[in-house]
Amino acid sequence: MAMTGVLRPGHAQIRVLDLEESVKWYTDVMGLKPMGRDAQGRAYFKTRAERDHHSIILRQADQAGMDFFGYKVLDKATLDNFERRLKEYGVATERIPAGDLLETGERVRFTIPTGHAIELYAEKAAVGSAVGTNSPDMDIIDQPGITPIRLDHALIYGTDLDGATDLFTKVLGFTLVERVKLEDGQTDLGVWLTCSAKAHDIAIVRHGEPGKLHHVSFQLGSWEQVLRAADIMSKNRVSIDMGPTRHGITNGTTIYFFDPSGNRLETFAGGYDHYPDMEPITWSWEEVGRGIFYHDRKLNDAFLSVVT
Amino acid sequence: MAYHTVTIAETGESYRCLDQRSVLEGMEALGRKGIPVGCRQGGCGVCKVQVLEGQYTKRVMSRAHVSAEEEASGCVLSCRIKPASDLRLHVIGSMKKNVCRPLAAAAANPNPLPSSQPANKGDSPWQ
Repeated sequence: MAMTGVLRPGHAQIRVLDLEESVKWYTDVMGLKPMGRDAQGRAYFKTRAERDHHSIILRQADQAGMDFFGYKVLDKATLDNFERRLKEYGVATERIPAGDLLETGERVRFTIPTGHAIELYAEKAAVGSAVGTNSPDMDIIDQPGITPIRLDHALIYGTDLDGATDLFTKVLGFTLVERVKLEDGQTDLGVWLTCSAKAHDIAIVRHGEPGKLHHVSFQLGSWEQVLRAADIMSKNRVSIDMGPTRHGITNGTTIYFFDPSGNRLETFAGGYDHYPDMEPITWSWEEVGRGIFYHDRKLNDAFLSVVT
Repeated sequence: MAYHTVTIAETGESYRCLDQRSVLEGMEALGRKGIPVGCRQGGCGVCKVQVLEGQYTKRVMSRAHVSAEEEASGCVLSCRIKPASDLRLHVIGSMKKNVCRPLAAAAANPNPLPSSQPANKGDSPWQ
């Protein structure tokens, strides 16, 4: 897909139960770079490789979960256009003023039929990666912590999967990459959608409660980096849900684990490229275990039950 | 370093748990069963227990799953408490698995249970 509309996931605001503990954990264990705090006390982070000011925002709250997930769009005209199309589609939108998030322009926020707040924005200060853009060196990853490449995608759990899929594909220009069918062979249990040529920029699973977070995912460079991440997790007694293993869906190698508030995160590597002329991949009800965890070939209890 | 004995009232199963470890971690580390294991970090609520006897120290846990009143009465997430004496507890939490309820059941009950209530077992083909 020509990348002229929605470009990529840009930020996730995650609720944490103990902000200072979480700031230390996201800095030392995840290896993210602290990028300051705002007047509300929210803490900002980016990866070393990301060029925009931040991708993860932590907010102190009395329950875990995700407040919103944001996508960067090409420019302000594109943002205005998406807002108009959302309204025409029948979705109420809200403009969040520039500066509400540090170094970030106006955001258009709306609630999708799974109950999640999604945002679009066009402007965020380009502070640069750890190596810059002028004849850069390789970024030698000798920092403490997992040090992912980028915020890559989220998997959200919510009620009206069909409505959310329709909105992402018809209004925001996402394409369907993979899906899992329920036992009737018709209804989607889950969908993997992309706004780019990645295997997914958002994934959605049908769930009895609206607005739930399954995981926020960070990209790593290789399977060896996934194993290194697992070593860092065990050394730091991080709660691991599953892995290291591989997904059938997207082909990514993966670890699911939890932050200090119980929000599931993923570090993954690999996957394949998707173009919009490709037929979506479909997984049957009987093969969903192999689709989710390719080596175990069965789901674990937590995959379907543990969300924040 | 001290150990205490944790007893799960339903099964009578007991295990030795370090006072530096959560009650849930202590169970898992010995391969024991009885309390559902979720995020282990106070966020998801599946490991909720009622402490019937004994003392413990606790950490912050999600209000989506444990109210202040519940917490005060010993109804807590077992991943967020460490034993300060021998403990006896009753398991409350469950794996809800309400992702994949049969379509007929979902149609009959379009309003899902709020997260603070345990779902009926058997409402999902995954059970």
